[in-house]
Amino acid sequence: MIDVLYFAWVRERIGLPRERVETGAATVAGLVKELCAREERYAAAFADISALRVALDQELADFDAPLAGVREVAFFPPMTGG
Amino acid sequence: MRVSVQSEPFDLGAEVASFTAGAAGAGAVVSFTGIVRPDGGLTGMEIEHYPGMTGKAIQAILAQAVDRWKLVDGLVIHRHGRLAPGETIMMVATAAPHRGDAFAAAEFLMDYLKSRAPFWKKESRDGGESWVAAKDSDEDALKRW
Repeated sequence: MIDVLYFAWVRERIGLPRERVETGAATVAGLVKELCAREERYAAAFADISALRVALDQELADFDAPLAGVREVAFFPPMTGG
Repeated sequence: MRVSVQSEPFDLGAEVASFTAGAAGAGAVVSFTGIVRPDGGLTGMEIEHYPGMTGKAIQAILAQAVDRWKLVDGLVIHRHGRLAPGETIMMVATAAPHRGDAFAAAEFLMDYLKSRAPFWKKESRDGGESWVAAKDSDEDALKRW
């Protein structure tokens, strides 16, 4: 089981801030594919992953990064701090 | 080095004064303050963040600045939650032996906080709400460092 978190418009499109997900995916991209297959709202949120960022255990990562040993995955749009 | 991620307002003058008083050996203190720009009929701003990551990400950015410009000290305060036009969103302060390093480190901090600290801004106007999109120029700004 892995904790998946969503922020900003990704959270709004999917309709929840976090969930526990049972996944067999080897990479972030694999997890995205599994989520998109679930329901339309996931497919809508992940339609263009070039518009998204991902963090693994609170560190920025790439979509081809492996999920082995990861406890928390977060998806969000590019950050707008400052 | 201090990082604070908070919803409450902060007292800019008091923060700069206490930061300066604690920066023994510094010859220069630079501070920058970000304010909710009251333009285009903006009625408010909601800042969302990633509580598990925000503090750590800012600490890492600040540690990099302290190391690179040999800062005596550095401070970052960033707010989240609901803010009104004209309110302070955040501040950075840097202390160094000379002003060049203090200014450069403050600019570096601002460039990195903008696109590497997990905050997202949503603006409210009379017509509704919209997420602020990151600009390509924000990402480009990182290349100069």
